[in-house]
Amino acid sequence: MARIELTSLAHRYGPAGEYALRPLELTFEDGGAYALLGPSGCGKTTLLNIVSGLLTPSQGRVLVGGRDVTAEPPHRRNIAQVFQFPVVYGTMTVFDNLAFPLRNRRVAEAEVGARVREIAKLLELDADLDRRASALPAHRKQTLSLGRGLVRRDVAAILLDEPLTVVDPQLKWTLRRQLKAVHQQMNVTLVYVTHDQTEALTFADRVVVMDAGRVVQHGTPRELFEDPADPFVGRFIGSPGMNLLACTIEQGAAIIAGQRIALAAEAPVPAGAHHLLGIRPEFVRPVPANTAGALRVQVLSVADLGRYRLVTARAGDQTLLARLEDDLAPAVGEAWLSLPARWTKVFASTATHLSGAVPG
Amino acid sequence: MSVPRTRNDRAWLFVLPVVLLVAFNALIPLMTVVNYSVQDILTGNPVFVGAEWFRKVLRDPELHGALRRQILFSGSVLGLELPLGLILALCIPRTGRGQTLALIVLAMPLLIPWNVVGTIWQIFARGDIGLLGAGVNALGLDYNYTARAFDAWITVVVMDVWHWTPLVALLCFAGLRAIPDAYYQAAAIDGAGVWAVFRHVQLPRLRGVLTIAVLLRFMDSFMIYTEPFVLTGGGPGNSTTFLSQFLARIAVGQFDLGHAAAFSLIYFLVVLLFSWLFYTTMTLEDAQERA
Repeated sequence: MARIELTSLAHRYGPAGEYALRPLELTFEDGGAYALLGPSGCGKTTLLNIVSGLLTPSQGRVLVGGRDVTAEPPHRRNIAQVFQFPVVYGTMTVFDNLAFPLRNRRVAEAEVGARVREIAKLLELDADLDRRASALPAHRKQTLSLGRGLVRRDVAAILLDEPLTVVDPQLKWTLRRQLKAVHQQMNVTLVYVTHDQTEALTFADRVVVMDAGRVVQHGTPRELFEDPADPFVGRFIGSPGMNLLACTIEQGAAIIAGQRIALAAEAPVPAGAHHLLGIRPEFVRPVPANTAGALRVQVLSVADLGRYRLVTARAGDQTLLARLEDDLAPAVGEAWLSLPARWTKVFASTATHLSGAVPG
Repeated sequence: MSVPRTRNDRAWLFVLPVVLLVAFNALIPLMTVVNYSVQDILTGNPVFVGAEWFRKVLRDPELHGALRRQILFSGSVLGLELPLGLILALCIPRTGRGQTLALIVLAMPLLIPWNVVGTIWQIFARGDIGLLGAGVNALGLDYNYTARAFDAWITVVVMDVWHWTPLVALLCFAGLRAIPDAYYQAAAIDGAGVWAVFRHVQLPRLRGVLTIAVLLRFMDSFMIYTEPFVLTGGGPGNSTTFLSQFLARIAVGQFDLGHAAAFSLIYFLVVLLFSWLFYTTMTLEDAQERA
């Protein structure tokens, strides 16, 4: 068991290449469940491969339990990895698959048998031990490759690279539940790479949001939802993502489409134009006409999504979404929406914030 | 999901091209051979002779000799070319210029016409002026492929290995390229050494291409004609006379068509039988997996 520290780590493929991973500091605490969340190509997998040793970073160091392992090959690190597509040794039985990492490390055969049976029981693979691994369905293969990581007693962390990609939707829950159980029983650090926020938020205690090779924010699911550090996080987390409205800041209020929206007094608000005002669709409230401080909008459509309604409205040339209970939703036409100061967030118009990272 | 079925005889029209192709390409020639194999046309007045030719062929000691040599030859070249091709494929660099260079060099023997291959080796192996032959003799060995059966055998086998190992290597290389990186990465994390990676990752995933390689090399080597014809002419004596040459001697040399036709059919069935055996044994595991 060990914490993993990444210090001034960066990577590029080829000396003249773009940074796949910009310089970052990151620590995975011992026994934590982490998710690395970000769009495809943001550097998640690169980061993972550096931690497991499949890739040597072009800069920085990797410390596992205080020991510098930057130059160590993968099998010398106490780290296992589960890949996007299940990797099993098809010609071997399930038992031999689980025994493989131990036998390669010359563990005594009696110990191998005991350990394999223990892990097989934990992962509910014990009935299949004598079957050929290639005969297992995809989700069982993925469980088996997880097992190959767990079977080593020295494993401090298991890295999972989008492990549910090829698993049927109904079975994803089964596998995720199994993963949670494993995490609780084995006290290993889990780092889970995904581009699916539901997966990340249900699985992890802490989520690391990445974009374009940098770590954008690092926090609990609640922190990411309520207090995104960056418009990218706001947009990326949540379904639908945060509303981001172009605004001008004047005397502690935001001007959107010529209307004044009051802001929280304690919020650090830089004066000036071209800022973004963020508010989650969940926090937008309809209010009676002409309520002071509310935004007058044109409701364009109201979609009934079963448990709630999704209201699309326009203020000037900007679009705003609101997620409302059925009986609260306004009709199409003119309406007033309140953007409670408690839930609004102003993003200053610095270059990094407007680097084109905002999807949609 | 039931679509109402309508009967439309025009559909036969679409099958016609394939029927014609198969008929002229396979059925009619084959039936001609069958026809010859049960008749005596040498007298100019065809006579039905039944299984006479087949009996004669099957009892022919010369044919038995040719068949024994053929099996030995195919066995030797398969036994040499498959491991060698596999090793070569494993040695080809995975990226860069080295890979391109290796592939070009490997492909070269495959680009040479077969009778030219025979000519090249005929000269290359000559004891007086050939680089190989003269070289070996200079080492103090007495090597002469035109006079000694053993030397002729070695030369024919080495020539075939030189000519066809690249095919096996290229097939295996393609198979190796198709293995996703994740398999190697997982093996590295599992602490697998070079041998374990070969045994449990590479070899199982090469089974498909190896099956193809075995079938191709078996069929080709079992029907080899051109190269030994040019190199040794089947000699010295009959020592490198394989089935094809034997057949050509009967059919073209002696114009004994009934005999040759019966022989051809038996030859065809033997190739088919061996190919079926190889294919079934090598895909046995797949079949078991599906079951």
